Amino acid sequence: MTTDISPAAPSPAPPPDTETQDGRQQNLLQEILSGSWLVSLLAIVLAMLLGGVLIAVSNAEVVAAAENFFAAPGEFFSTLFSTVGNAYSALFRGAVFDWDARTAERAIRPLTESMVSGTPLILTGLGIALAFRCGLFNIGGQGQVILGATLAGFLGYALDLPPFVHMLIAVIGGIIGGAVWAGIAGVLKARTGANEVIVTIMLNSIAGYALGYLLKQNWFTHTTSANPQSRVVDDSAQMFLLLPAPFRLHVGFVLAILATIFVWWLLDRSTIGFEFKAVGANPHAARTAGISVSKVTILVMIVAGALAGLGGAAQVLGTEFKLTGGISGSIGFDAITVALLGRSKPLGTFLAGLLFGAFKAGGYLMQSQTGTPIDIVLVVQSVIVLLIAAPPLVRSIFRLPTPVLKRKED
Amino acid sequence: MSAVCNKKRENVKKLASAVSMIAASALVLSACGSGEGGDSGEDYLACMVSDSGGWDDQSFNQSGREGMTAAKKNLGVEEQLAESQGDADFGPNVDNMVQQGCNLTFGVGFLLEDTIQEAAEANPDLNFALIDSTFSDADGNPVTIDNAKPVVFNTAEAAYLAGYVAAATTDSGKVGTFGGIQIPSVTIFMDGFADGVDKFNEDNDEDVKLLGWNKDKQDGSFSGDFENQGQGQELTKQLISQGADIIMPVAGPVGLGAAAAAKEAEDVKLVWVDSDGYESTEYGDIILTSVVKQIANAVEDTVEEGMNDEFTSEPYVGTLENEGVGLAPYHDFDDEVPDEVKDKVDELKQQIIDGSLTVESESTPK
Repeated sequence: MTTDISPAAPSPAPPPDTETQDGRQQNLLQEILSGSWLVSLLAIVLAMLLGGVLIAVSNAEVVAAAENFFAAPGEFFSTLFSTVGNAYSALFRGAVFDWDARTAERAIRPLTESMVSGTPLILTGLGIALAFRCGLFNIGGQGQVILGATLAGFLGYALDLPPFVHMLIAVIGGIIGGAVWAGIAGVLKARTGANEVIVTIMLNSIAGYALGYLLKQNWFTHTTSANPQSRVVDDSAQMFLLLPAPFRLHVGFVLAILATIFVWWLLDRSTIGFEFKAVGANPHAARTAGISVSKVTILVMIVAGALAGLGGAAQVLGTEFKLTGGISGSIGFDAITVALLGRSKPLGTFLAGLLFGAFKAGGYLMQSQTGTPIDIVLVVQSVIVLLIAAPPLVRSIFRLPTPVLKRKED
Repeated sequence: MSAVCNKKRENVKKLASAVSMIAASALVLSACGSGEGGDSGEDYLACMVSDSGGWDDQSFNQSGREGMTAAKKNLGVEEQLAESQGDADFGPNVDNMVQQGCNLTFGVGFLLEDTIQEAAEANPDLNFALIDSTFSDADGNPVTIDNAKPVVFNTAEAAYLAGYVAAATTDSGKVGTFGGIQIPSVTIFMDGFADGVDKFNEDNDEDVKLLGWNKDKQDGSFSGDFENQGQGQELTKQLISQGADIIMPVAGPVGLGAAAAAKEAEDVKLVWVDSDGYESTEYGDIILTSVVKQIANAVEDTVEEGMNDEFTSEPYVGTLENEGVGLAPYHDFDDEVPDEVKDKVDELKQQIIDGSLTVESESTPK
């Protein structure tokens, strides 16, 4: 939120207007981040309840029963509970444990599927969370995931290397791809003061269209197919499975755990992490204390991009195995939600990523078995974030005073 | 340090107990819900997985779903649908269908090719079908899979007729087209359209120009996806400013952006694709005709084959002859299309059906 160029020669103080604007943005971010665990949990429960209402409203049987409510209220409630209950039990069976499955393997597979879906969300979410903690709104997760996936995927099928080494090279390629992409935004922010929100959003579009262009080039896709998709990644570059088929759980999940520990170490144990947080807490004070704000800005973005790029690599080398225009799905945007729900803390982001992975995995089964629209899952996710972010957000927009008894719980 | 750990442990515990509570309540709730009536009719389960366009894309996903609804109604089969929101959803969605024992699972769109292919190879006792694409191996060579049927459409034939009509009715001497993404199932429309315009020029010694697609170079205008209507509007404005007064957008819902732009500019007409745009959109008054792809019929026929144990891996290719593709009525513009043009179009249609005229395209399904 600062526009200085170099710490040695402090730039003239920004105009007062910008300063208050910056200050407000800064406070907003801190407020969003400083809620308690309980609020997160309540948000989830409340969102599930609201989702239940929507499931009921969108179900023809419930609506029909509601029309006869006064004639047979009991029937209405039993239909209501059975519909919502079936949908949520399918969600649970798809995400954690399927007691209706045909084999024991299939019964425990859902939990691993949640981990598979959660892996890129955790990695990208960590990238977003790290930037949040340092006072940067990294909205470019999507572009960084695309770049990471593109480079990792391309190295995965274009090179011919022995197993493991190949995977390692491809993963490193993904990390570099994401780091470079976010680094651009970081440099622009540090050198020119360009707003990182706008720059990262623009970079998302550029990454998407660049991938679209590359997928039309045969030298890139390594296929003769006219459809815009790449060759399948070589076996040697695929992330190896942690459990035998039909499980899809791959080593990317281990990387997600390691990345979580790394971010925790970085923020809570390392000197540079202290500088990161100092800049996040108050850039002006940090500069006065001799911290180079521009260096920190660039570094934070590079590390954040590297994490998102790793998320993209995990997606293409771990589950998808080929590049398509939609390789990144909505990971980059879901990750913002994940970081918010996780309060931008490493463990919180990990758990939030896992929860959203579970929603995703469970959503498949809920949709295919009960016919519940998949959009319900999206609504539940969005409501969670609204509930977490909205009170301080609303207060900030309407410039209402912050309640005095806040912050005790943290 | 240990205090922090304890606090964290507590938090984890809290979360764990919450999760188990939700689980327990889900169990209780589901127990309430076991009083449903028994199923009647066939026990043939037909399933369909959409691509990320979703069921309401006013294009092939929607048509596919209509086919399923018709099959359910007319044949009495059970149906199961799954909408994909991203490419990562294809695998889990198809896998869920297989786990439920779907006798026949459709994948809509070329993006599901690999997923359907893998599922078909892993489950030889179940049948699969793929809409709008054929199967190929890693190097792009076509392959046949015993229990999977490609459902494809030679839309070039119908687009040829549309190109002829458009060239015959343009006032400005220029017609235009653009696509969503440059893929065979899109460019095949544009190839046919281009040839139809050429045919008109050849027959009548005219010089109607086609903007937005060069068949020889296989290069032209594309909006980049099947979602961004604003982009479609922009491309259409460009085509109009270059003088085109009849435009064929081959981009699913992006075509709605084209329609908005065409409506704004006066005297610009559209050729709709996939469904009869006069019926399916609110822009009927500017739609000259539509190049129709009968996906719904093909889906219903395939389900019927499967139900009667007549399923084969033989590709279904929609043509003018089997009415899998066709030209929609002119509706509001019926008076504006001269009778000799209508007769000529019928004649060309007959020639294509009896084989004396072949519409060629690189993208023709083989």
